[in-house]
Amino acid sequence: MNDMTPIQTTLKDWESDQEVRWCPGCGDYAILKAVQRTLPMIGADPKNTVFVSGIGCSSRFPYYVESYGFHTIHGRAPAFATGIKLANPELDVWLVTGDGDGMSIGGNHTMHVLRRNLDCQIMLFNNEIYGLTKGQYSPTSRVGTSSPTSPVGSVDRPALPCAFALGSGARFVARGYDVSKDLPEVLKAAHAHKGAAFIEIFQNCIVYNKDRFDDFTAKGVAAENQIWCTDGEPLLFAKGTKGLSLDHDTLTLKVVDVVDGDWQAADVAVHNVKNRGLAHMLVEMPFGPFPMALGVIYDDPRPTFEGEVVAERAKLIEGKTANLGKLLSKGQTWTVEEKDAAHGLMD
Amino acid sequence: MASITAEQEKPASVQEASPEAVVVRFAGDSGDGMQLTGGQFTLSTALAGNDLATFPDFPAEIRAPQGTLFGVSAFQINFGSSEITTAGDAPDVLVAMNPAALKTNVQALKPGGLVIADTGEFSKRNLDKAKYETSPLEDGSLAKWDVLAFDISALTLEAVKPFGLGNKEALRCKNMWTLGLALWMFDRDREPLVNWLKTKFAKNPVLADANIAALNAGHAYGETAELAGPLKKLHIDPVPSEPGLYRTITGAEAVSLGLVAGAQLAELPMFFGGYPITPASAILHNLVKMKEFGVTTFQAEDEIAAICSAIGASYAGQLGVTSSSGPGIALKGEAMGLAIMTELPLVIVNSQRGGPSTGLPTKTEQSDLYQAVYGRNGDAPLPVIAARSPADAFECAIEACRIATQFMTPVMLLTDGYIGNASEPWLVPDPSTFEPFPVKFLEDTNNPDGKVLPYKRDERGVRPWIKPGTADLMHRVGGIEKAIDTGDLDYSPATHQAQTDARKAKVDGIAAAVPAQDVCLGNENGRLAVVGWGSTYGPIHQAVRRARRKGYDVSHIHVRHVWPLPANMGDLLAGFEKVLVPEMNTGQFKTVLRDQFLVDAVPLNKTSGQPFAIAEIEEAIASFFDGVPGHAEGEVPVNDTQLPNPEA
Repeated sequence: MNDMTPIQTTLKDWESDQEVRWCPGCGDYAILKAVQRTLPMIGADPKNTVFVSGIGCSSRFPYYVESYGFHTIHGRAPAFATGIKLANPELDVWLVTGDGDGMSIGGNHTMHVLRRNLDCQIMLFNNEIYGLTKGQYSPTSRVGTSSPTSPVGSVDRPALPCAFALGSGARFVARGYDVSKDLPEVLKAAHAHKGAAFIEIFQNCIVYNKDRFDDFTAKGVAAENQIWCTDGEPLLFAKGTKGLSLDHDTLTLKVVDVVDGDWQAADVAVHNVKNRGLAHMLVEMPFGPFPMALGVIYDDPRPTFEGEVVAERAKLIEGKTANLGKLLSKGQTWTVEEKDAAHGLMD
Repeated sequence: MASITAEQEKPASVQEASPEAVVVRFAGDSGDGMQLTGGQFTLSTALAGNDLATFPDFPAEIRAPQGTLFGVSAFQINFGSSEITTAGDAPDVLVAMNPAALKTNVQALKPGGLVIADTGEFSKRNLDKAKYETSPLEDGSLAKWDVLAFDISALTLEAVKPFGLGNKEALRCKNMWTLGLALWMFDRDREPLVNWLKTKFAKNPVLADANIAALNAGHAYGETAELAGPLKKLHIDPVPSEPGLYRTITGAEAVSLGLVAGAQLAELPMFFGGYPITPASAILHNLVKMKEFGVTTFQAEDEIAAICSAIGASYAGQLGVTSSSGPGIALKGEAMGLAIMTELPLVIVNSQRGGPSTGLPTKTEQSDLYQAVYGRNGDAPLPVIAARSPADAFECAIEACRIATQFMTPVMLLTDGYIGNASEPWLVPDPSTFEPFPVKFLEDTNNPDGKVLPYKRDERGVRPWIKPGTADLMHRVGGIEKAIDTGDLDYSPATHQAQTDARKAKVDGIAAAVPAQDVCLGNENGRLAVVGWGSTYGPIHQAVRRARRKGYDVSHIHVRHVWPLPANMGDLLAGFEKVLVPEMNTGQFKTVLRDQFLVDAVPLNKTSGQPFAIAEIEEAIASFFDGVPGHAEGEVPVNDTQLPNPEA
């Protein structure tokens, strides 16, 4: 985010004239709407907003937002964003990537943009499949995923994007999913964070990996299997009847029952967005008795990369003036006088 | 080129000679500081007003095991009282700091040349490491050269004794002792070196004093020993050159300065994205120190991120620059395609080295020409410029910035390991004489009837440059094929054909915006044109000059604009009966010329990682005139006495 004067816009102002070309029913539509709803909420200015993407279904996103947009090459969006932001730190930069783009071919750049802490929002649409190339299993596909390249089920273990982000040094990690009404709030918090904000957005690929996230997003099970993390609030789910507590013997989280709303009695942990250890445990929670942690899991700002680069540059050039003539004649020089040159040029 | 040994026939009293040019090679262990010695000797040579060219050659290993053959580091300098354009074919003087340095270099020495060796290093152990069974200093195997062997190690230890250094530190002063002797031999002023040592060791005055003492001792040795043997003082007259202020410059420095100047002339801040790679890293090192010129440097996580960040910066309105060597350029290929597709300015510097793959990291080759001109997916043309010498790289870098920003295109600038590391005197230009080419961004819509047209081309086929942050000009760019003018996604057959043609026409059109190809030596037509590009300039030029002195009708054409080729190139070549193309590759530019002009270009190839020797090109030229065929298959045989030495 940046500290610009808020601009009054509406959702409509953020719709480009391009026809949206995702499969009917794709989760990307809902995410696009959530973003277009968020941008007016945060007072974003279209002329200073840049959406940068790589390659994949998600990466068509910039074409549909009425702002500046750069649809780049596979996996490299973070590197382009770094150049853009270093060239003009005033720009508000959003990265759009997917599980293939950001965790596979571009995993390296995802790691480095996070560790450097470039001020930008990184939305990783995780549908656990390669959609645009027609359904191959991806680096986040669960073991056993059947696909054209894994006809009897994939054997490689999936990467956990949020754990990867924390491991790379991310200072903001959040989760949401395509049709969640709370997604704009998550995006708002990401934008408010000064530094690299990593948001994993579970997205339903209705063609190649339909209803993959039903185990925690389907109507009947959502309350039971989602936990929304709010800073300073107890980690409760299942309508307040269950909570997460620290098992002091194993130093892991455990699920406890909460009776009559007395979470203190059940020793339910209070969420603290600055607690990195807790964040690691929340993003690593397996299924089974555990819910899927959503919302802002970690948010502890540090100085931004572009800020440090600008400061370093200021320090390096202090007291120096840009004199090209002086630069060219730096070091040991000698002068050839007119008389020495009397012989003129050689053949 | 006179050999100093010619003087030997004269009475011993005639100690001063004045040859036209001398080639000296310093060789030692990679820890002996030979590059530094060579660099400082170069500076003193420049200050004495001689023209010069250098060839630094060092092993790929950072610190190869001491005393080994592959750990030898060498520095060759050719200097003289007339124009010098190559580092010289064979040395007149070899300074060998240990047996390995002697073994790997002595075969290159001219018959009758002078060997200076440090006997202190010729121990049994070091002889073994160099695979000598007996000491060459004693077994007569060096009979065809003059040998001056004495214990430089002991003399140095003696000279620095008063400063109380440890044995290891004291021996490190050996290179300064040797330099002192060399300064005496060539009648050089010690003062600039003394000043340099004082600055270099400002924080440790004892080390400064010790090194100065070693330098003086070496000088005094030459002065007072009055050696009856082969050592003698030589004076090389200064070169009559254009008046003005001079400095020495390496190609890497020249590229860095040229990029800064180019960005200033475009009135743009510069963004440099780089990733460390030999021999290109020096450019990043240099630019880090020039940030007051609006330079931002970014050491990226890999070659791909380096170019992508530079393209991002160009998209945001700065001059994006990236630099690498062959393997890194290969990684950047896809991103170059994006810069071509989105039509954004970008300068890509390729300091070529021997390939393929890791190849010869510290040696030189010109084998990335195909990669530069053709090496991307799709029909992806971009302009390619090649620098011919360290000093020429300055102008070429400015030219690359000009074409990139004026034509909204990535431009590749080719140098090579030789140009990058070698140094030569440079007449410092006056910036007020440079022609500025300020960039104009689009600030108001170019379409009164509706939304901005980011791909509306002007009469040269160039689209506008629009910075994010500009009100009302929001638009999207990307790597997918796009509609004419609007840039909206459109990959219909007609659109792709039209845009492919438009991108090609734009780059082809640049030929009209570059200077006509000139003939740098000889006539505009005739029997033979020797056509080169890049760092073969020096050897070709000298070879053509010598051939012309013999009366051969031969001309030298050296091409800077490799792609698109200057508009008159075809007509120029048609004026010659034959075209010879010497290249440090298997004939890449020859193929380009044949393709473009259906000309019967004959290759002369060398792929040993070494620059051409003048004699090799001379011989090839002669074969056109005396009917004696040149080298079979147009390939120069491997010359294992030339730098870099393949054994090392």
